[in-house]
Amino acid sequence: MDLTAAARPFFNMAVVVPSVLFKVRPLAGAPLRATQDPRWVRWLLTGIALGFLGFFLVLPLVAVFGEALRRGLGAYFTAVGDADALASVKLTLIAALISVPANVVFGVPAAWCIAKYSFRGKSLLITLIDLPFAVSPVISGLIYVLVFGAQGWLGPWLIEHDVKIIFAVPGIVLATTFVTFPFVARELIPLMQAQGSEEEYAAITLGANGWQTFWRVTLPNIKWGLLYGVILCNARAMGEFGAVSVVSGHIRGETNTMPLHVEILYNEYNFVGAFAVASLLALLALVTLVLKSIVEWRHAQAHAA
Amino acid sequence: MSLLRKEHSVLPGFGLSLGFTLAYLGLIVLVPLSAAFLKTAGMSWAEFVAAVASPRVMAAYRLSFFASLAAASVNAFFGLIVAWVLVRYAFPGKRIVDALVDLPFALPTAVAGIALTAIYAKNGWLGQVLEPHGVKIAFTELGVFVALTFIGLPFVVRTLQPVLEELQPELEEAAASLGANRWQTITRVLLPELFPALLTGFALSFARALGEYGSVVFISGNMPLRTEIVPLLIITKLEQYDYRGATAIAVVMLTASFGLLLLINLIQKWSRRHHRV
Repeated sequence: MDLTAAARPFFNMAVVVPSVLFKVRPLAGAPLRATQDPRWVRWLLTGIALGFLGFFLVLPLVAVFGEALRRGLGAYFTAVGDADALASVKLTLIAALISVPANVVFGVPAAWCIAKYSFRGKSLLITLIDLPFAVSPVISGLIYVLVFGAQGWLGPWLIEHDVKIIFAVPGIVLATTFVTFPFVARELIPLMQAQGSEEEYAAITLGANGWQTFWRVTLPNIKWGLLYGVILCNARAMGEFGAVSVVSGHIRGETNTMPLHVEILYNEYNFVGAFAVASLLALLALVTLVLKSIVEWRHAQAHAA
Repeated sequence: MSLLRKEHSVLPGFGLSLGFTLAYLGLIVLVPLSAAFLKTAGMSWAEFVAAVASPRVMAAYRLSFFASLAAASVNAFFGLIVAWVLVRYAFPGKRIVDALVDLPFALPTAVAGIALTAIYAKNGWLGQVLEPHGVKIAFTELGVFVALTFIGLPFVVRTLQPVLEELQPELEEAAASLGANRWQTITRVLLPELFPALLTGFALSFARALGEYGSVVFISGNMPLRTEIVPLLIITKLEQYDYRGATAIAVVMLTASFGLLLLINLIQKWSRRHHRV
């Protein structure tokens, strides 16, 4: 029942991309082989591919920065330095700082028990870990409203004890944790399965206890995969919109994350402000892509060594 | 817990790690998800049908379905070309282009939404060129399609890349030595090999598009009966404090996405068997 490597493209990039990058190719001008296309076909297809990507990926990215700087650098920095914008940055950081470690603490033991032991019901467990990816972000927020909202299961009890979860920071953290739930585990499971358990067996045989084995043998082996999962998890945590939108009360300076603040500014026709905050998120996306490429490269090197 | 009985292993920590995994999974994912189904179970059948089959909701299903289908199809076609070019050809800047394919995963959806609107609105970058010619994209069904194409773009490329990488050159060489021309080799040898991965990428892209919210709401204009997508209706109902109506629509969507997840798993199984033969 599990989605295999092919079905989880984004999570298996560590394995995929480096081989794409470092493969030795036939030199131009060499006689055409059976696996090669004529020059005009190559040019045409490359042109179509780059045109499509330029149109759908590069243009929106350029538009974010272009619109943010439309009124000049002064207006841009005023918008970024606005108190409500800074409050939204702070809340986004808080949400990511709680939900990402939470999912690391979940992902490592989950990957450990799935990769190191065989038991019945394993593929069902993997499918259940995948579930949040199949759920619409809006529904991810809705289900927490049904549990913790004023009309929800725990609503009356929470009101009685004066605990606020929905329309407050805890709700935002919970919804973020839900949507980023599978990232770390999905990254580690195939990696740890491929590595097998021989090194751990050796450590146990030599007298190490379980914790020593984990810290000194397993963790060093999975560190690149773990870092990769954390990078992806963090990008999604900071950028999540739909789920957080449902559980946040959209209170300026209090329960607005950066993506929600972008929406509010945009709906008030404050376009420079909206795109200025959006440009910070776009920068985060670019940094994520760069870090991801570096980790993939290091991972490939570690494998080649 | 007989379902989860393990075989003997010398490594310690099975009970602890499995117990912790199940507890966390239950608290964060399973219990909240079950809330949606239990809430709906409390509705009468007539009430449920009224909530999930009103004309406005039906229009939203139609739009979400067909716009996602169109976006996934476009992504399947261009994704195949992009994956082919990235695996087979060399050109300057290829590493950057390859990394950039993941942008829709990394860029927050709200940012994509306002950027696409800025491009395609009436006075936008492309909009001011297109609208005088009668092509309206922002605030129409076409805008929904454009946004869904953007967010589904990486799926087909990333599903096809590893399969293309692993294709044996002997396969194409054999076809060529048996007298097939390049076109025949591609249509009769390569495409059948790639088909399961292409279908998986298409389904993943489609599934993602069905649930997408952030990138669509800005560009769609959200006109009832015309450009409202299903996730938006859930939000609208929540804002009117119609929790039952919102949950009922959510249950329909959840059922559809779990069905798709199952279908994707079946395609995977089928393709593995297909490859073993």
